[in-house]
Amino acid sequence: MSRTQDAVTKASANVKMKTRDVNVFYDANQAIRDVNLDITERSVTALIGPSGCGKSTYLRALNRMNDTIDSCRVEGSILLDGEDIYGKGVDPVEVRRRVGMVFQKSNPFPKSVFENVAFGLRIGGEKDKFVIAQRVEESLKGAALWDEVKDRLQSSALGLSGGQQQRLCIARCLAVWPEVILMDEPASALDPIATAKIEELIRELRERYTIVIVTHSMQQAARVSDFTAFFYMGALVEHGKTQTMFTRPAKKRTEEYISGRFG
Amino acid sequence: MRNTKKDWLLAGLTGLSLLVILLFLAILLGQIVWNGAPVISVKFLTESPGADMVSGGIWPAIYGTVFLTLLMTLAGVPVGIATAIFLNEYASPRSRLAKLVRIAVNNLAGVPSIVFGLFGLGFFIIFVGGGIDSLFYGDSARVWGKPSILWASLTLAVLTLPVVIVTTEEALKTVPREIRDASLALGATRFQTVYKIVLPNAKGGILTGVILAVSRGAGEVAPIIFCGAANFLPYLPTDLRDMFMHLGYHVYALATQSPNVDAARPTLYGTVLVLLMLTFSLNLLAVILRARSRAALRP
Repeated sequence: MSRTQDAVTKASANVKMKTRDVNVFYDANQAIRDVNLDITERSVTALIGPSGCGKSTYLRALNRMNDTIDSCRVEGSILLDGEDIYGKGVDPVEVRRRVGMVFQKSNPFPKSVFENVAFGLRIGGEKDKFVIAQRVEESLKGAALWDEVKDRLQSSALGLSGGQQQRLCIARCLAVWPEVILMDEPASALDPIATAKIEELIRELRERYTIVIVTHSMQQAARVSDFTAFFYMGALVEHGKTQTMFTRPAKKRTEEYISGRFG
Repeated sequence: MRNTKKDWLLAGLTGLSLLVILLFLAILLGQIVWNGAPVISVKFLTESPGADMVSGGIWPAIYGTVFLTLLMTLAGVPVGIATAIFLNEYASPRSRLAKLVRIAVNNLAGVPSIVFGLFGLGFFIIFVGGGIDSLFYGDSARVWGKPSILWASLTLAVLTLPVVIVTTEEALKTVPREIRDASLALGATRFQTVYKIVLPNAKGGILTGVILAVSRGAGEVAPIIFCGAANFLPYLPTDLRDMFMHLGYHVYALATQSPNVDAARPTLYGTVLVLLMLTFSLNLLAVILRARSRAALRP
Protein backbone atom coordinates (compact mmCIF):
# COMPACT_ATOMS: atom_id res chain seq x y z
CA MET A 1 0.00 0.00 0.00
CA SER A 2 2.99 2.27 0.19
CA ARG A 3 2.51 3.51 -3.35
CA THR A 4 -1.04 4.49 -2.60
CA GLN A 5 0.04 6.39 0.46
CA ASP A 6 2.73 8.16 -1.50
CA ALA A 7 0.16 9.31 -3.94
CA VAL A 8 -2.04 10.54 -1.15
CA THR A 9 0.69 12.61 0.46
CA LYS A 10 1.87 13.89 -2.89
CA ALA A 11 -1.60 14.93 -3.91
CA SER A 12 -3.07 16.15 -0.69
CA ALA A 13 -1.73 19.59 -1.46
CA ASN A 14 -4.12 20.18 -4.32
CA VAL A 15 -7.87 20.04 -4.63
CA LYS A 16 -8.86 19.71 -8.28
CA MET A 17 -12.62 19.79 -7.90
CA LYS A 18 -14.66 21.08 -5.03
CA THR A 19 -18.39 20.55 -4.76
CA ARG A 20 -20.43 22.60 -2.33
CA ASP A 21 -24.04 21.96 -1.32
CA VAL A 22 -24.76 20.11 -4.51
CA ASN A 23 -28.37 19.11 -5.01
CA VAL A 24 -29.59 17.34 -8.10
CA PHE A 25 -33.23 16.96 -9.01
CA TYR A 26 -35.11 14.99 -11.64
CA ASP A 27 -38.23 17.11 -11.80
CA ALA A 28 -39.50 17.04 -8.22
CA ASN A 29 -37.43 14.02 -7.18
CA GLN A 30 -34.26 14.85 -5.39
CA ALA A 31 -31.47 12.48 -6.40
CA ILE A 32 -28.57 14.17 -4.61
CA ARG A 33 -28.72 16.04 -1.29
CA ASP A 34 -26.21 18.64 -0.11
CA VAL A 35 -23.07 16.89 -1.22
CA ASN A 36 -19.80 18.52 -0.20
CA LEU A 37 -16.81 16.70 -1.56
CA ASP A 38 -13.25 17.62 -2.47
CA ILE A 39 -11.56 15.71 -5.25
CA THR A 40 -7.82 15.58 -4.97
CA GLU A 41 -5.63 16.18 -7.99
CA ARG A 42 -3.77 13.24 -9.53
CA SER A 43 -5.51 10.65 -7.43
CA VAL A 44 -8.35 8.17 -7.81
CA THR A 45 -11.56 8.88 -5.94
CA ALA A 46 -14.02 6.00 -5.85
CA LEU A 47 -17.74 6.63 -5.40
CA ILE A 48 -19.43 3.64 -3.83
CA GLY A 49 -22.91 2.92 -2.56
CA PRO A 50 -25.94 0.75 -3.25
CA SER A 51 -27.79 0.97 -6.58
CA GLY A 52 -29.85 4.09 -6.90
CA CYS A 53 -27.87 6.00 -4.28
CA GLY A 54 -27.13 8.77 -6.76
CA LYS A 55 -23.43 8.19 -7.36
CA SER A 56 -23.79 8.11 -11.14
CA THR A 57 -26.00 11.19 -11.07
CA TYR A 58 -23.39 12.97 -9.01
CA LEU A 59 -20.66 11.87 -11.40
CA ARG A 60 -22.57 13.20 -14.38
CA ALA A 61 -22.98 16.52 -12.61
CA LEU A 62 -19.20 16.89 -12.56
CA ASN A 63 -18.93 17.43 -16.32
CA ARG A 64 -22.41 18.79 -16.93
CA MET A 65 -23.53 15.66 -18.76
CA ASN A 66 -26.76 16.04 -16.80
CA ASP A 67 -27.46 19.06 -18.97
CA THR A 68 -28.43 16.65 -21.73
CA ILE A 69 -31.26 15.27 -19.60
CA ASP A 70 -34.24 17.52 -19.83
CA SER A 71 -35.76 16.97 -16.42
CA CYS A 72 -32.47 17.28 -14.57
CA ARG A 73 -31.57 20.33 -12.50
CA VAL A 74 -28.35 20.93 -10.56
CA GLU A 75 -28.03 23.34 -7.62
CA GLY A 76 -25.02 24.36 -5.58
CA SER A 77 -21.55 24.94 -6.87
CA ILE A 78 -19.04 22.64 -8.47
CA LEU A 79 -15.62 24.22 -8.74
CA LEU A 80 -12.95 23.10 -11.16
CA ASP A 81 -9.66 24.77 -10.26
CA GLY A 82 -11.70 27.24 -8.26
CA GLU A 83 -14.07 28.16 -11.07
CA ASP A 84 -17.74 27.21 -10.93
CA ILE A 85 -18.54 25.01 -13.91
CA TYR A 86 -22.21 25.93 -13.53
CA GLY A 87 -21.34 29.62 -13.41
CA LYS A 88 -22.78 32.21 -15.76
CA GLY A 89 -21.15 32.27 -19.16
CA VAL A 90 -19.44 28.91 -18.69
CA ASP A 91 -19.73 26.77 -21.80
CA PRO A 92 -20.57 23.15 -20.94
CA VAL A 93 -18.67 22.10 -24.06
CA GLU A 94 -15.52 23.64 -22.61
CA VAL A 95 -16.15 21.91 -19.27
CA ARG A 96 -16.47 18.53 -20.99
CA ARG A 97 -13.18 19.04 -22.81
CA ARG A 98 -11.45 19.41 -19.46
CA VAL A 99 -13.50 16.80 -17.63
CA GLY A 100 -13.72 13.68 -19.77
CA MET A 101 -15.97 10.69 -19.25
CA VAL A 102 -15.86 6.93 -19.74
CA PHE A 103 -19.21 5.23 -19.67
CA GLN A 104 -20.48 2.01 -18.17
CA LYS A 105 -21.18 0.40 -21.50
CA SER A 106 -18.34 0.86 -23.93
CA ASN A 107 -19.64 3.14 -26.65
CA PRO A 108 -17.20 3.38 -29.55
CA PHE A 109 -18.44 5.20 -32.64
CA PRO A 110 -19.17 2.96 -35.61
CA LYS A 111 -15.97 4.23 -37.19
CA SER A 112 -12.41 2.94 -37.48
CA VAL A 113 -10.20 2.59 -34.41
CA PHE A 114 -8.15 5.56 -35.61
CA GLU A 115 -11.15 7.80 -36.25
CA ASN A 116 -12.60 7.01 -32.83
CA VAL A 117 -9.54 8.39 -31.11
CA ALA A 118 -9.13 11.23 -33.58
CA PHE A 119 -12.74 12.38 -33.19
CA GLY A 120 -12.19 14.65 -30.21
CA LEU A 121 -9.24 16.31 -31.94
CA ARG A 122 -11.06 16.85 -35.18
CA ILE A 123 -14.07 18.46 -33.54
CA GLY A 124 -11.64 20.57 -31.54
CA GLY A 125 -10.41 22.00 -34.83
CA GLU A 126 -7.13 20.11 -35.17
CA LYS A 127 -6.37 19.71 -38.88
CA ASP A 128 -2.70 18.73 -38.94
CA LYS A 129 -2.59 15.07 -39.99
CA PHE A 130 0.78 14.55 -38.36
CA VAL A 131 -0.37 15.96 -35.02
CA ILE A 132 -3.51 13.82 -35.12
CA ALA A 133 -1.62 10.62 -35.97
CA GLN A 134 0.86 11.30 -33.21
CA ARG A 135 -1.81 12.02 -30.62
CA VAL A 136 -3.81 8.94 -31.61
CA GLU A 137 -0.75 6.75 -31.12
CA GLU A 138 0.12 8.42 -27.84
CA SER A 139 -3.45 8.02 -26.55
CA LEU A 140 -3.70 4.40 -27.57
CA LYS A 141 -0.40 3.74 -25.83
CA GLY A 142 -1.69 5.63 -22.80
CA ALA A 143 -4.71 3.33 -22.72
CA ALA A 144 -2.48 0.24 -23.10
CA LEU A 145 -4.16 -0.65 -26.37
CA TRP A 146 -1.57 0.33 -28.97
CA ASP A 147 0.15 -3.05 -29.30
CA GLU A 148 -3.15 -4.80 -29.84
CA VAL A 149 -4.53 -2.44 -32.49
CA LYS A 150 -1.55 -0.87 -34.22
CA ASP A 151 -1.99 -3.17 -37.24
CA ARG A 152 -5.72 -2.61 -37.50
CA LEU A 153 -6.14 1.10 -36.98
CA GLN A 154 -8.32 1.40 -40.06
CA SER A 155 -10.67 -1.47 -39.22
CA SER A 156 -13.95 -0.90 -37.43
CA ALA A 157 -13.84 -0.32 -33.70
CA LEU A 158 -16.90 -2.52 -33.36
CA GLY A 159 -14.74 -5.53 -34.22
CA LEU A 160 -12.72 -5.18 -31.02
CA SER A 161 -13.45 -7.24 -27.91
CA GLY A 162 -15.46 -5.71 -25.06
CA GLY A 163 -12.37 -4.96 -22.99
CA GLN A 164 -10.55 -3.50 -25.97
CA GLN A 165 -13.58 -1.33 -26.79
CA GLN A 166 -13.59 0.05 -23.28
CA ARG A 167 -9.87 0.83 -23.43
CA LEU A 168 -10.50 2.45 -26.81
CA CYS A 169 -13.07 4.68 -25.12
CA ILE A 170 -10.45 5.57 -22.53
CA ALA A 171 -7.95 6.33 -25.29
CA ARG A 172 -10.55 8.47 -27.04
CA CYS A 173 -11.03 10.37 -23.81
CA LEU A 174 -7.25 10.80 -23.29
CA ALA A 175 -6.78 12.19 -26.79
CA VAL A 176 -8.35 15.54 -25.93
CA TRP A 177 -6.00 15.92 -22.96
CA PRO A 178 -8.58 16.17 -20.20
CA GLU A 179 -7.58 17.13 -16.69
CA VAL A 180 -10.18 15.02 -14.92
CA ILE A 181 -11.53 11.65 -16.08
CA LEU A 182 -14.89 10.44 -14.83
CA MET A 183 -15.53 6.71 -15.07
CA ASP A 184 -18.99 5.27 -14.57
CA GLU A 185 -18.54 1.61 -13.65
CA PRO A 186 -16.08 1.19 -16.49
CA ALA A 187 -15.48 -2.51 -15.90
CA SER A 188 -18.93 -3.70 -14.92
CA ALA A 189 -19.60 -5.37 -18.27
CA LEU A 190 -16.17 -6.97 -18.61
CA ASP A 191 -14.68 -10.34 -17.73
CA PRO A 192 -12.11 -10.59 -14.90
CA ILE A 193 -9.07 -10.42 -17.18
CA ALA A 194 -10.32 -7.35 -19.04
CA THR A 195 -11.27 -5.83 -15.68
CA ALA A 196 -7.77 -6.39 -14.34
CA LYS A 197 -6.35 -4.60 -17.38
CA ILE A 198 -8.64 -1.63 -16.87
CA GLU A 199 -7.75 -1.44 -13.19
CA GLU A 200 -4.06 -1.55 -13.97
CA LEU A 201 -4.62 1.21 -16.47
CA ILE A 202 -6.46 3.35 -13.92
CA ARG A 203 -3.53 3.04 -11.54
CA GLU A 204 -1.17 4.20 -14.28
CA LEU A 205 -3.40 7.08 -15.36
CA ARG A 206 -3.46 8.41 -11.83
CA GLU A 207 0.08 9.68 -12.33
CA ARG A 208 -1.18 12.26 -14.79
CA TYR A 209 -4.91 12.65 -14.34
CA THR A 210 -7.46 13.21 -11.64
CA ILE A 211 -9.84 10.26 -11.74
CA VAL A 212 -13.30 9.82 -10.26
CA ILE A 213 -14.70 6.33 -10.61
CA VAL A 214 -18.12 4.95 -9.75
CA THR A 215 -17.95 1.29 -8.88
CA HIS A 216 -20.17 -1.41 -7.52
CA SER A 217 -17.29 -3.59 -6.54
CA MET A 218 -15.86 -2.95 -3.11
CA GLN A 219 -12.73 -4.88 -4.05
CA GLN A 220 -12.27 -2.67 -7.07
CA ALA A 221 -12.59 0.47 -4.98
CA ALA A 222 -10.04 -0.92 -2.56
CA ARG A 223 -7.66 -1.90 -5.35
CA VAL A 224 -7.65 1.23 -7.46
CA SER A 225 -8.62 4.21 -5.36
CA ASP A 226 -6.80 6.57 -3.03
CA PHE A 227 -9.99 8.09 -1.68
CA THR A 228 -13.44 6.64 -1.26
CA ALA A 229 -16.76 8.41 -0.92
CA PHE A 230 -19.75 6.44 0.29
CA PHE A 231 -23.15 7.57 -0.96
CA TYR A 232 -26.43 6.46 0.49
CA MET A 233 -29.90 7.66 -0.54
CA GLY A 234 -28.49 10.63 -2.39
CA ALA A 235 -26.34 11.88 0.46
CA LEU A 236 -22.61 11.61 1.01
CA VAL A 237 -22.28 9.55 4.19
CA GLU A 238 -18.54 9.42 4.54
CA HIS A 239 -15.45 10.37 2.62
CA GLY A 240 -11.80 9.67 3.31
CA LYS A 241 -8.68 7.80 2.41
CA THR A 242 -9.58 4.42 1.00
CA GLN A 243 -7.39 2.58 3.46
CA THR A 244 -9.05 4.23 6.42
CA MET A 245 -12.54 3.80 5.00
CA PHE A 246 -12.06 0.11 4.50
CA THR A 247 -10.37 -0.60 7.81
CA ARG A 248 -11.82 1.91 10.25
CA PRO A 249 -14.92 3.56 8.82
CA ALA A 250 -16.32 6.33 11.02
CA LYS A 251 -19.98 5.70 10.36
CA LYS A 252 -21.91 2.56 11.09
CA ARG A 253 -23.69 2.60 7.72
CA THR A 254 -20.38 2.65 5.89
CA GLU A 255 -19.15 -0.31 7.84
CA GLU A 256 -22.35 -2.22 7.19
CA TYR A 257 -22.16 -1.54 3.47
CA ILE A 258 -18.49 -2.31 3.12
CA SER A 259 -18.78 -5.52 5.07
CA GLY A 260 -21.60 -6.52 2.73
CA ARG A 261 -24.47 -6.43 5.20
CA PHE A 262 -26.64 -4.50 2.76
CA GLY A 263 -26.45 -3.05 -0.69
CA MET B 1 -49.56 -30.64 -28.72
CA ARG B 2 -53.04 -29.36 -28.03
CA ASN B 3 -52.74 -26.50 -30.43
CA THR B 4 -51.75 -28.38 -33.50
CA LYS B 5 -55.13 -28.04 -35.18
CA LYS B 6 -55.38 -24.34 -34.46
CA ASP B 7 -51.83 -23.88 -35.61
CA TRP B 8 -52.60 -25.54 -38.90
CA LEU B 9 -55.70 -23.44 -39.34
CA LEU B 10 -53.81 -20.24 -38.65
CA ALA B 11 -50.92 -21.21 -40.90
CA GLY B 12 -53.41 -22.11 -43.63
CA LEU B 13 -55.32 -18.83 -43.36
CA THR B 14 -52.25 -16.64 -43.30
CA GLY B 15 -50.74 -18.59 -46.18
CA LEU B 16 -53.95 -18.16 -48.12
CA SER B 17 -53.98 -14.40 -47.65
CA LEU B 18 -50.41 -14.31 -48.83
CA LEU B 19 -51.40 -16.24 -51.94
CA VAL B 20 -54.30 -13.88 -52.63
CA ILE B 21 -52.02 -10.88 -52.42
CA LEU B 22 -49.40 -12.47 -54.62
CA LEU B 23 -52.10 -13.44 -57.11
CA PHE B 24 -53.40 -9.88 -57.37
CA LEU B 25 -49.91 -8.53 -57.75
CA ALA B 26 -49.12 -11.12 -60.43
CA ILE B 27 -52.30 -10.37 -62.37
CA LEU B 28 -51.74 -6.62 -62.13
CA LEU B 29 -48.09 -6.68 -63.11
CA GLY B 30 -48.52 -9.49 -65.62
CA GLN B 31 -51.24 -7.65 -67.48
CA ILE B 32 -49.29 -4.41 -67.53
CA VAL B 33 -46.06 -6.03 -68.70
CA TRP B 34 -47.84 -8.29 -71.21
CA ASN B 35 -49.72 -5.43 -72.83
CA GLY B 36 -47.23 -2.67 -72.22
CA ALA B 37 -43.94 -4.24 -73.21
CA PRO B 38 -44.69 -4.58 -76.94
CA VAL B 39 -45.43 -0.85 -77.13
CA ILE B 40 -42.15 0.25 -75.65
CA SER B 41 -39.56 1.21 -78.18
CA VAL B 42 -36.92 3.89 -78.58
CA LYS B 43 -39.43 5.89 -80.58
CA PHE B 44 -42.07 5.55 -77.84
CA LEU B 45 -39.63 6.75 -75.20
CA THR B 46 -38.09 9.63 -77.11
CA GLU B 47 -40.81 11.19 -79.24
CA SER B 48 -43.63 13.58 -78.55
CA PRO B 49 -47.19 12.35 -78.81
CA GLY B 50 -49.02 12.94 -82.05
CA ALA B 51 -52.02 15.20 -82.34
CA ASP B 52 -54.40 12.36 -81.47
CA MET B 53 -52.47 11.76 -78.20
CA VAL B 54 -52.25 8.08 -79.05
CA SER B 55 -49.65 7.89 -81.76
CA GLY B 56 -46.07 8.87 -81.22
CA GLY B 57 -44.21 8.68 -77.93
CA ILE B 58 -44.44 9.89 -74.38
CA TRP B 59 -41.11 11.67 -73.98
CA PRO B 60 -42.60 14.96 -72.70
CA ALA B 61 -44.44 13.04 -69.99
CA ILE B 62 -41.28 11.21 -68.89
CA TYR B 63 -39.33 14.45 -68.92
CA GLY B 64 -42.07 16.28 -67.05
CA THR B 65 -42.32 13.58 -64.40
CA VAL B 66 -38.56 13.52 -63.79
CA PHE B 67 -38.30 17.32 -63.79
CA LEU B 68 -41.27 17.63 -61.43
CA THR B 69 -39.92 14.96 -59.11
CA LEU B 70 -36.52 16.61 -58.98
CA LEU B 71 -37.99 20.01 -58.15
CA MET B 72 -40.24 18.45 -55.53
CA THR B 73 -37.24 16.71 -53.93
CA LEU B 74 -35.17 19.87 -53.91
CA ALA B 75 -37.99 21.86 -52.35
CA GLY B 76 -39.36 19.36 -49.84
CA VAL B 77 -36.63 17.02 -48.67
CA PRO B 78 -34.25 19.54 -47.06
CA VAL B 79 -37.14 21.12 -45.16
CA GLY B 80 -38.39 17.70 -44.05
CA ILE B 81 -34.99 16.52 -42.86
CA ALA B 82 -34.36 19.80 -41.07
CA THR B 83 -37.73 19.57 -39.33
CA ALA B 84 -37.01 16.00 -38.21
CA ILE B 85 -33.61 17.04 -36.87
CA PHE B 86 -35.23 19.87 -34.96
CA LEU B 87 -37.90 17.59 -33.50
CA ASN B 88 -35.58 14.77 -32.55
CA GLU B 89 -32.32 16.49 -31.68
CA TYR B 90 -33.07 20.00 -30.53
CA ALA B 91 -36.62 20.26 -29.24
CA SER B 92 -37.04 19.06 -25.68
CA PRO B 93 -39.45 16.13 -25.42
CA ARG B 94 -41.81 18.37 -23.46
CA SER B 95 -41.69 21.29 -25.84
CA ARG B 96 -45.14 22.54 -26.77
CA LEU B 97 -43.92 23.62 -30.18
CA ALA B 98 -42.52 20.16 -30.93
CA LYS B 99 -45.80 18.55 -29.90
CA LEU B 100 -47.73 20.94 -32.08
CA VAL B 101 -45.49 20.27 -35.08
CA ARG B 102 -45.84 16.51 -34.59
CA ILE B 103 -49.63 16.78 -34.47
CA ALA B 104 -49.58 18.92 -37.60
CA VAL B 105 -47.33 16.44 -39.38
CA ASN B 106 -49.54 13.49 -38.48
CA ASN B 107 -52.63 15.31 -39.66
CA LEU B 108 -50.90 16.39 -42.84
CA ALA B 109 -50.12 12.74 -43.54
CA GLY B 110 -53.81 11.86 -43.35
CA VAL B 111 -55.07 14.51 -45.76
CA PRO B 112 -56.34 13.08 -49.07
CA SER B 113 -54.08 14.04 -51.95
CA ILE B 114 -56.81 15.83 -53.92
CA VAL B 115 -57.08 18.27 -51.03
CA PHE B 116 -53.40 19.04 -51.49
CA GLY B 117 -54.23 19.82 -55.09
CA LEU B 118 -56.87 22.32 -54.03
CA PHE B 119 -54.47 23.74 -51.46
CA GLY B 120 -51.84 24.17 -54.17
CA LEU B 121 -54.31 25.96 -56.38
CA GLY B 122 -55.59 28.19 -53.62
CA PHE B 123 -52.38 28.94 -51.82
CA PHE B 124 -49.52 28.69 -54.28
CA ILE B 125 -51.18 29.71 -57.52
CA ILE B 126 -53.84 32.19 -56.48
CA PHE B 127 -52.38 33.58 -53.27
CA VAL B 128 -48.60 33.44 -53.79
CA GLY B 129 -48.45 33.53 -57.58
CA GLY B 130 -51.33 35.98 -57.89
CA GLY B 131 -49.79 38.08 -55.16
CA ILE B 132 -46.49 38.29 -57.00
CA ASP B 133 -48.29 39.24 -60.18
CA SER B 134 -50.34 42.03 -58.67
CA LEU B 135 -47.28 43.35 -56.86
CA PHE B 136 -44.87 43.40 -59.78
CA TYR B 137 -46.83 43.03 -62.99
CA GLY B 138 -50.10 44.85 -62.43
CA ASP B 139 -53.51 43.42 -61.78
CA SER B 140 -54.37 41.85 -65.08
CA ALA B 141 -51.06 40.12 -65.74
CA ARG B 142 -50.73 36.36 -65.38
CA VAL B 143 -47.02 35.63 -65.07
CA TRP B 144 -46.73 33.57 -61.90
CA GLY B 145 -50.36 33.22 -60.94
CA LYS B 146 -51.15 30.30 -63.22
CA PRO B 147 -50.63 26.55 -63.08
CA SER B 148 -46.98 25.64 -63.66
CA ILE B 149 -44.37 23.05 -62.87
CA LEU B 150 -43.09 25.24 -60.03
CA TRP B 151 -46.39 25.30 -58.13
CA ALA B 152 -47.05 21.64 -58.87
CA SER B 153 -43.69 20.63 -57.46
CA LEU B 154 -44.19 22.75 -54.35
CA THR B 155 -47.61 21.19 -53.84
CA LEU B 156 -46.10 17.73 -54.11
CA ALA B 157 -43.32 18.76 -51.75
CA VAL B 158 -45.91 19.63 -49.11
CA LEU B 159 -47.58 16.28 -49.76
CA THR B 160 -44.40 14.29 -49.25
CA LEU B 161 -43.21 16.37 -46.31
CA PRO B 162 -44.88 14.26 -43.59
CA VAL B 163 -43.39 11.06 -44.97
CA VAL B 164 -39.93 12.58 -45.07
CA ILE B 165 -40.26 13.95 -41.53
CA VAL B 166 -41.59 10.74 -40.01
CA THR B 167 -39.08 8.41 -41.68
CA THR B 168 -36.17 10.74 -40.93
CA GLU B 169 -37.21 10.92 -37.30
CA GLU B 170 -37.40 7.13 -37.16
CA ALA B 171 -33.92 6.90 -38.65
CA LEU B 172 -32.55 9.42 -36.15
CA LYS B 173 -34.08 7.45 -33.29
CA THR B 174 -32.12 4.35 -34.26
CA VAL B 175 -28.86 6.11 -33.42
CA PRO B 176 -28.11 4.96 -29.86
CA ARG B 177 -28.05 7.54 -27.11
CA GLU B 178 -24.71 6.10 -25.93
CA ILE B 179 -22.76 7.36 -28.91
CA ARG B 180 -24.37 10.80 -28.71
CA ASP B 181 -23.28 10.91 -25.06
CA ALA B 182 -19.79 9.80 -26.06
CA SER B 183 -19.57 12.63 -28.54
CA LEU B 184 -20.90 15.25 -26.12
CA ALA B 185 -18.57 14.01 -23.38
CA LEU B 186 -15.63 14.60 -25.70
CA GLY B 187 -16.55 18.24 -25.89
CA ALA B 188 -18.52 18.17 -29.10
CA THR B 189 -21.25 20.74 -29.48
CA ARG B 190 -24.78 19.64 -30.18
CA PHE B 191 -24.36 20.63 -33.81
CA GLN B 192 -21.10 18.68 -34.16
CA THR B 193 -22.74 15.65 -32.60
CA VAL B 194 -25.65 15.83 -35.00
CA TYR B 195 -23.50 16.51 -38.03
CA LYS B 196 -20.62 14.12 -37.37
CA ILE B 197 -22.21 11.28 -35.41
CA VAL B 198 -25.99 11.20 -35.68
CA LEU B 199 -26.48 12.04 -39.35
CA PRO B 200 -23.76 9.70 -40.72
CA ASN B 201 -25.23 6.86 -38.70
CA ALA B 202 -28.79 7.61 -39.72
CA LYS B 203 -27.87 8.29 -43.34
CA GLY B 204 -29.05 4.94 -44.69
CA GLY B 205 -32.42 5.19 -43.00
CA ILE B 206 -32.92 8.80 -44.02
CA LEU B 207 -32.03 8.11 -47.66
CA THR B 208 -34.35 5.13 -47.77
CA GLY B 209 -37.20 7.17 -46.34
CA VAL B 210 -36.55 10.06 -48.67
CA ILE B 211 -36.51 7.85 -51.74
CA LEU B 212 -39.73 6.11 -50.73
CA ALA B 213 -41.35 9.50 -50.18
CA VAL B 214 -40.09 10.75 -53.53
CA SER B 215 -41.29 7.65 -55.31
CA ARG B 216 -44.71 8.14 -53.79
CA GLY B 217 -44.71 11.75 -54.87
CA ALA B 218 -43.62 10.83 -58.38
CA GLY B 219 -46.71 8.71 -58.88
CA GLU B 220 -49.28 11.11 -57.42
CA VAL B 221 -51.70 12.60 -59.91
CA ALA B 222 -54.48 14.19 -57.91
CA PRO B 223 -52.45 17.08 -56.46
CA ILE B 224 -51.11 18.19 -59.81
CA ILE B 225 -54.36 18.15 -61.76
CA PHE B 226 -55.09 21.75 -60.80
CA CYS B 227 -51.53 22.86 -60.43
CA GLY B 228 -49.82 22.54 -63.76
CA ALA B 229 -50.15 19.14 -65.39
CA ALA B 230 -51.17 19.46 -69.01
CA ASN B 231 -53.41 17.19 -71.01
CA PHE B 232 -51.48 17.48 -74.17
CA LEU B 233 -48.32 19.51 -74.55
CA PRO B 234 -45.97 18.19 -77.17
CA TYR B 235 -43.03 20.37 -76.11
CA LEU B 236 -40.85 20.28 -73.02
CA PRO B 237 -41.08 22.74 -70.10
CA THR B 238 -38.08 25.05 -70.18
CA ASP B 239 -39.15 27.53 -67.54
CA LEU B 240 -40.43 27.08 -64.00
CA ARG B 241 -43.61 28.84 -65.12
CA ASP B 242 -44.34 26.35 -67.91
CA MET B 243 -46.93 23.66 -67.69
CA PHE B 244 -45.83 20.09 -68.23
CA MET B 245 -46.96 16.60 -69.12
CA HIS B 246 -46.81 13.87 -66.49
CA LEU B 247 -46.88 10.07 -66.83
CA GLY B 248 -49.55 9.60 -64.20
CA TYR B 249 -51.72 12.35 -65.57
CA HIS B 250 -51.13 11.08 -69.08
CA VAL B 251 -52.56 7.72 -68.03
CA TYR B 252 -55.62 9.49 -66.68
CA ALA B 253 -55.94 11.59 -69.80
CA LEU B 254 -55.55 8.64 -72.16
CA ALA B 255 -58.14 6.62 -70.26
CA THR B 256 -60.76 9.33 -70.02
CA GLN B 257 -60.15 12.09 -72.52
CA SER B 258 -58.91 10.40 -75.65
CA PRO B 259 -61.34 10.36 -78.59
CA ASN B 260 -60.89 6.67 -79.19
CA VAL B 261 -60.39 4.70 -76.01
CA ASP B 262 -59.78 1.36 -77.72
CA ALA B 263 -57.06 2.79 -79.93
CA ALA B 264 -55.45 4.41 -76.93
CA ARG B 265 -55.18 1.18 -74.96
CA PRO B 266 -51.68 0.04 -76.04
CA THR B 267 -50.25 3.52 -75.42
CA LEU B 268 -52.01 3.49 -72.07
CA TYR B 269 -50.38 0.23 -71.05
CA GLY B 270 -47.01 1.41 -72.25
CA THR B 271 -47.29 4.60 -70.24
CA VAL B 272 -48.31 2.70 -67.10
CA LEU B 273 -45.35 0.37 -67.54
CA VAL B 274 -42.91 3.27 -67.85
CA LEU B 275 -44.39 4.96 -64.76
CA LEU B 276 -44.14 1.74 -62.78
CA MET B 277 -40.56 1.17 -63.88
CA LEU B 278 -39.68 4.67 -62.76
CA THR B 279 -41.13 4.27 -59.27
CA PHE B 280 -39.87 0.68 -58.97
CA SER B 281 -36.35 1.71 -59.80
CA LEU B 282 -36.58 4.37 -57.08
CA ASN B 283 -37.74 1.73 -54.61
CA LEU B 284 -34.98 -0.61 -55.73
CA LEU B 285 -32.48 2.16 -55.12
CA ALA B 286 -33.89 2.53 -51.60
CA VAL B 287 -33.46 -1.20 -50.97
CA ILE B 288 -29.88 -1.15 -52.20
CA LEU B 289 -28.99 1.89 -50.11
CA ARG B 290 -30.53 0.34 -47.03
CA ALA B 291 -28.55 -2.86 -47.53
CA ARG B 292 -25.35 -0.93 -48.05
CA SER B 293 -25.79 1.26 -44.99
CA ARG B 294 -26.47 -1.83 -42.89
CA ALA B 295 -23.33 -3.46 -44.21
CA ALA B 296 -21.32 -0.36 -43.36
CA LEU B 297 -22.37 -0.54 -39.71
CA ARG B 298 -21.29 -4.14 -39.35
CA PRO B 299 -17.84 -4.64 -37.83
